Amino acid sequence: MANMAQAIRMALHYAETNYDLKDVFGQDVGAPLGGVFTATQGIKTAWNSPLDERGIIGMAMGIAMTGDRCVAEIQFADYIFNTIDLLKIAGNTLWCTNGQYNLPMTVMTPVGAGIRGSVYHSHSFDAWASRLAGWKVVMPSNPLDAYGLLLSCILDPNPTMFLKPKALMRVRGEELIPGEPADEKELKNMIDAPIGDRSAWKANWPKIQEYLVPFGKGKITREGNQITVVSYGRHLLLCNEVADQLAAEGYSVEVIDLRSIYPYDWQMIKSSVQKTGRFLCVNEDTEVTNFGEHLSYRVTQELFYELQARPRVIAGKHVPGIGLHPNLEDASVPQKHEIAEAIKEICGEIP
Amino acid sequence: MKKTSVSSSKKSASANKALLIKKTKTTEKAKAPAKINFGGLSKELLLTMHSHMVKSRVLEERLIKIYRAGESFFWIGGPGEEAWGVPLGMLAKKGQGPEYDYLHLHYRCSPTLIAMGLDMTDSIRLMMNRATDPNTGGRNFSNHFVIPQWNIAPVTSPLEVQYPIACGTAHVQKRTGKKAITIVTGGDAGTAEGDFASSLILASRKGQELPMLITVQNNKWGISTCYDGQHGETFIADRARAFNIKSQVINGNDPVEVYLTLKEDMEYIRKTGKPAFVEAMVSRLYGHSSASGANPIQNEVDPVKEFEMKLLKAGLLKESEAKEIWATFEAEGVRATETARAEGVPTPESIWEHTYVGSENADWRKF
Ligand SMILES: Cc1ncc(C[n+]2csc(CCOP(=O)(O)OP(=O)(O)O)c2C)c(N)n1
Ligand SMILES: [Mg+2]
Repeated sequence: MANMAQAIRMALHYAETNYDLKDVFGQDVGAPLGGVFTATQGIKTAWNSPLDERGIIGMAMGIAMTGDRCVAEIQFADYIFNTIDLLKIAGNTLWCTNGQYNLPMTVMTPVGAGIRGSVYHSHSFDAWASRLAGWKVVMPSNPLDAYGLLLSCILDPNPTMFLKPKALMRVRGEELIPGEPADEKELKNMIDAPIGDRSAWKANWPKIQEYLVPFGKGKITREGNQITVVSYGRHLLLCNEVADQLAAEGYSVEVIDLRSIYPYDWQMIKSSVQKTGRFLCVNEDTEVTNFGEHLSYRVTQELFYELQARPRVIAGKHVPGIGLHPNLEDASVPQKHEIAEAIKEICGEIP
Repeated sequence: MKKTSVSSSKKSASANKALLIKKTKTTEKAKAPAKINFGGLSKELLLTMHSHMVKSRVLEERLIKIYRAGESFFWIGGPGEEAWGVPLGMLAKKGQGPEYDYLHLHYRCSPTLIAMGLDMTDSIRLMMNRATDPNTGGRNFSNHFVIPQWNIAPVTSPLEVQYPIACGTAHVQKRTGKKAITIVTGGDAGTAEGDFASSLILASRKGQELPMLITVQNNKWGISTCYDGQHGETFIADRARAFNIKSQVINGNDPVEVYLTLKEDMEYIRKTGKPAFVEAMVSRLYGHSSASGANPIQNEVDPVKEFEMKLLKAGLLKESEAKEIWATFEAEGVRATETARAEGVPTPESIWEHTYVGSENADWRKF
């Protein structure tokens, strides 16, 4: 069973072999390291860029302008902020050219807290990314979705952003990627670079197959009828755990893994909320002008008379940074107990 | 042109002259050269350059008239950059895809596009935000061209972003191996942006050099801020030299010098696959844009008039022929304006088109 870093690697390998992906690049993305989270190890088309985020995004835009497909990495989302106007331009190029220049580029970047990453290795980017019109934005919560979403990103003719929850890079899923050996050790021996001298090493790729997770399609990970909890990335797993805990206490919680932040699966949210009458969105980007606020606003506007309780959003605190000490980090990003309390509170609300 | 490099970037004697000209214009004019050196360029080529330069000037002056008549919201453009832009457009290998040259231009690029064959009507459609504007469909400012058929990358308002983007097209051209190059242009003030440095770094990495012609049109202004007082480097071109990029400063007001320099540089880039850098000293003849009035500036060299004068003196062009060239393009500009004026404008509903390829729905209300 692959972890998320291995799943990303396999997707990149699949794409460079089958989709004409020609460049995978960024800081430390090529040999010998293959990415700070090892997600690009063994990739033939991977190369190391200078330490220049704007150079990376600009170059990706130029490559895409010729029609070639590329995946550019920003080493940590914390360092993507100085490229924001280039990201805006990438998102508006097709529109400004009245449909003449599309940019088939993918930007991938690790996001979120959960690894004690301190002030500059804990930022989220989903709320920011949701404001970049012209982009498609995804965030997986497990290796199989990471594989399927990344392949969809690479195939898409528009700019796509693949947000990888850094705390999940070593987490394994429950489902195999088609063609992946079931034995973890076997997979590791095939595609993990050895410690030490790697100059002669080459990955021995399993015969993996195409598997696509479409944009705008969520997934119900827990069925329930009392409340709809929408999340993605690392917090989706926390929501699943909370739903399981609360099931023992008699709560029936429906959890939706949104997977795709823009476009998003409104039909899935809508039919779930019509069933449950209650809505909670959980993510770890900061709370003011959070993407969950948009969903909550929409639930309020379109499903107001079907609601049994006020919709809520649990998100990161609106503080300038995520401090390193666990007391600071845990107070800044949503924790399981907060999710559980919110669910109980919402379920206890009587109109 | 002097070919020896000095401690700073190679700089032509004529570029020196261009720098002086602003202050000593009257004395320069009085001292007409006894014999005119056209660098061995043929009469036909010289007259073609002249014709494109006049056409470009007439077009820009037409755009300014359209602005003054209240038929457009904003003007920004290239009067004063004809001697630079026209040879550039003539020398570029025109076509679509990485086997042809890519041009990442800024908003003073009309001379280059006129030389490549731009129809005046298409510039005026852009100026008047017509739905028929083939560049942006009425979505963007004047001279923000988009011509994929000629590898003209979209001209964008944010300064300097074209420099790192250009590295991407050059990277693909290197891979394609068909000796095509990427050309990037921009102003002097914009070089303070980190994106300018990004392009020098990306273009010059040892063993991975990019086939790029990186250029700066130095008009000594960024809106109202003078060049003097903003730069510690002697020439902007010195910054390229620091990256071992072939680099020089030229008089961008002399089309012959520009033509010869660019021809040599482009051949060098196509042959070696390595970048070259040119800083061209140019004029800014109507100020920054309509926001600063778009009024004629008197104390700067007019490259079109100056070149025309030389051609007249050398007997390559007659006064009557010159008059006719100007008049023909004037008439073309008037007709183009009438055509564009009569055409439709974008509809409000069209804002939803082209957010995604194939106008796939991007409106959350319809998810
Ligand atoms: C990133 C960015 N900052 C500021 C502006 C506003 N602005 C437009 S043109 C200009 C001056 C540009 O001067 P220069 O680069 O020398 O080009 P020139 O207009 O002189 O050709 C400024 C500040 C902008 N368009 N983009
Ligand atoms: Mg300037």
